[in-house]
Amino acid sequence: MKYLDEYRNPEIARHLVQEIRGLTTRPWVIMEVCGGQTHSIIKNGIDQILPKEIELVHGPGCPVCVTPLEQIDKALAIASRPEVIFTSFGDMLRVPGSRQDLFMVKSAGGDVRVVYSPLDAVKIARENPHKQVVFFAVGFETTAPNNAMAVWQAHREGLRNFSILVSHVLVPPAMRALLASPHNRVQGYLAAGHVCTVMGWEEYEPIAAQYRVPIVVTGFEPVDILEGVLLTVRQLERGEARVENQYARVVRREGNRPAQELIRKVFEIAPRKWRGIGEIPASGLRLRPEFRDYDAETIFALGELHVEEPAICISGLVLQGLKKPNECAAFGKQCTPQTPLGATMVSSEGACAAYFAYQRRRVE
Amino acid sequence: MCLAIPGKVIEIYEQNGLKMGRLDYAGTVNTACLEYVPEVRLGQYALVHAGFAISVLDEEEARKTYAVWDELVQAAAQEGTDIFGMPFEKSPPG
Amino acid sequence: MSEFSLQCPLPITQHDTIQLGHGSGGKMMNDLIGKLFLWAFDNPYLNKLDDQAVVEINGVRLAISTDSFVVDPIFFPGGNIGELAVYGTVNDVCMSGGRPLFLAASVILEEGFPLADLRQVVESMAAAARRAGVLIVTGDTKVVNKGKGDKIFINTTGLGVLEHPWQISAGQIQPGDAVLLSGSLGDHGIAILSRREGLAFETPITSDTAPLHELVAAVLQAGGQAVHALRDPTRGGLAATLNEFAATARVGIRVREDRIPVKPAVAGACEILGLDPLYIANEGKLVAVVAAAKAEAVLHALQAHPLGREAALIGEVMAGSPGLVTMQTRLGAWRIVDLLVGEQLPRIC
Repeated sequence: MKYLDEYRNPEIARHLVQEIRGLTTRPWVIMEVCGGQTHSIIKNGIDQILPKEIELVHGPGCPVCVTPLEQIDKALAIASRPEVIFTSFGDMLRVPGSRQDLFMVKSAGGDVRVVYSPLDAVKIARENPHKQVVFFAVGFETTAPNNAMAVWQAHREGLRNFSILVSHVLVPPAMRALLASPHNRVQGYLAAGHVCTVMGWEEYEPIAAQYRVPIVVTGFEPVDILEGVLLTVRQLERGEARVENQYARVVRREGNRPAQELIRKVFEIAPRKWRGIGEIPASGLRLRPEFRDYDAETIFALGELHVEEPAICISGLVLQGLKKPNECAAFGKQCTPQTPLGATMVSSEGACAAYFAYQRRRVE
Repeated sequence: MCLAIPGKVIEIYEQNGLKMGRLDYAGTVNTACLEYVPEVRLGQYALVHAGFAISVLDEEEARKTYAVWDELVQAAAQEGTDIFGMPFEKSPPG
Repeated sequence: MSEFSLQCPLPITQHDTIQLGHGSGGKMMNDLIGKLFLWAFDNPYLNKLDDQAVVEINGVRLAISTDSFVVDPIFFPGGNIGELAVYGTVNDVCMSGGRPLFLAASVILEEGFPLADLRQVVESMAAAARRAGVLIVTGDTKVVNKGKGDKIFINTTGLGVLEHPWQISAGQIQPGDAVLLSGSLGDHGIAILSRREGLAFETPITSDTAPLHELVAAVLQAGGQAVHALRDPTRGGLAATLNEFAATARVGIRVREDRIPVKPAVAGACEILGLDPLYIANEGKLVAVVAAAKAEAVLHALQAHPLGREAALIGEVMAGSPGLVTMQTRLGAWRIVDLLVGEQLPRIC
């Protein structure tokens, strides 16, 4: 496929590895922020071909993994109601709440449907006027404009039976929080290419300057990731800390203005709790008051749920790049994709699940 | 997170007041909302995430970087070895 | 950010009710089979865990297999549930190296199902049986209340005869064997998915549903007793088949990513939905595990048949790491090809 196959070319990948090898004089710790990048790294074995001085640590960029337990319990409560058609991206169906997941709600008779686009959920609302159609609006900045458009479109059409359960998070506040932590090991970031496609990279310039870390906006194919690592290592070796754009064929400095505009019209910035990390100020989105009628939390008057997560696994440390999945005592033993102890094992994009699927036996 | 892939815009139309398009991914065709890429023209490639085009691929940028890599690979091919000094692997396993 | 709360959700390890994942061809299904059916029915034929059983009666070896078909939609690009129900069971009989002869067919119909649709399905079954050289010799019909079934379910049971003395079974696989695949992956699964409500897309891909009896005959003629195991990678895809082989024979299997054929439009659909073609169902492909000395001959035999033109030697069987399937990526690194837990879900994030 054009614009994909070129970036999977093994010869070019080997060359980039050679260049990285030639540049590297000491160990460096680089975090890939996005779960999609983690997936690509593990699936293609990119970590295996990098020089051993380069340590890639996996960031918190999996929206499924960081959606807090309370939000999942709310989703399960809404999906169980007989008047509701609950719609979601496929990723969220297996994520456990306190006692159940969406698959179990479905098997007990709940109408739970997987959609590809949030507009498909609007369509279902249009076609089922006597049902309440709820969409589970999870995701980062990349998905926010799509979910905003679903609300905007329902509003324009005057649909009264459509709402969204919002669990939107923002990447730059989390990147800041990780760097500000006293335990931080991250020396450079591969920024999430598709988040930057929407938001641009101006927000990252103060972060790079304040914390003295190179930030390279990076794509998702093997050649993209290796070039991102190359540019990061080059800056680190030279003592630089700038924002660079590896993914220039897709990402522009200012991002996608029409998308940002609709996000601002529909959503406002709010504090959000990240599963495994805790609450980060101004790190999420919620619906603006004028769109309250589309907020599933208001419509179904769920109030605040308080859920205690029992301390078992280290997914919080994994999400912050402080530990590798295989450093967990439960990894591959009590904790497998079939019996996940943590969200990072649940989502196929979670760092633990990616490790389990692609290189479990290397650690045994 | 944020799976997005490039497809070629083969049709642009309007539906329910939204600018929509059909995009071709190596023969498989799917619809996407084009509201966020108002500038997109037929034949261009757009990056699609969860049913929405969020960027038009910049052919010039893609060509520029690719030319640089291609040169690197050509140079190495002449030497007949890969970066580990080994001949390019062409044979099956075992 | 305050002090990190290093806390996790309780796992959902036990299900009190049946989930969709229990029928997915992944780990949940394996658990259900292992902990319930095998435990209850325990016998040496069943415990081999092949897709059919080979039994001997008065010196004649017979292969018997059964399969139920619940596909949605029932009409899909390249076929319908009727021919699928014939070919699916015919192929399972074939994978013992047997020649399929007779089928039994049970049809469970939902009240209100259009007779015209039933006629079309039954005519497809008849045509498929002729093509596969089998007779449908007995059957049963049941009708359930509206809403108690989904249009039509078909169960078929097949009987075939083994006309050779060899054991063709996952247990015969040896280290050093070659692994061959008869064609490109994912056509059936993608054709079905393209018509699923909520995910529908346009694709030139049609289901690969086809009877494999001729292909199997060609493999046996070229490979003889060097053919150790055959299986059609249906539900769960190539990944499930290789994992079943590796687990049953207690061997490792390694394959090469760049050797595995996938049509561009299948790859495109997989990219859109975040799916891996290794896990997608096929209905007209087979995996053959053959002693290395005969691998070339079997490969040529496959490629000489219209259903095997794209056949490839994709990997080999290893003595170490029993139960483990690995794949060398295009970059030359290695990854594990594990079983999925349940159904493969379209990914967006």
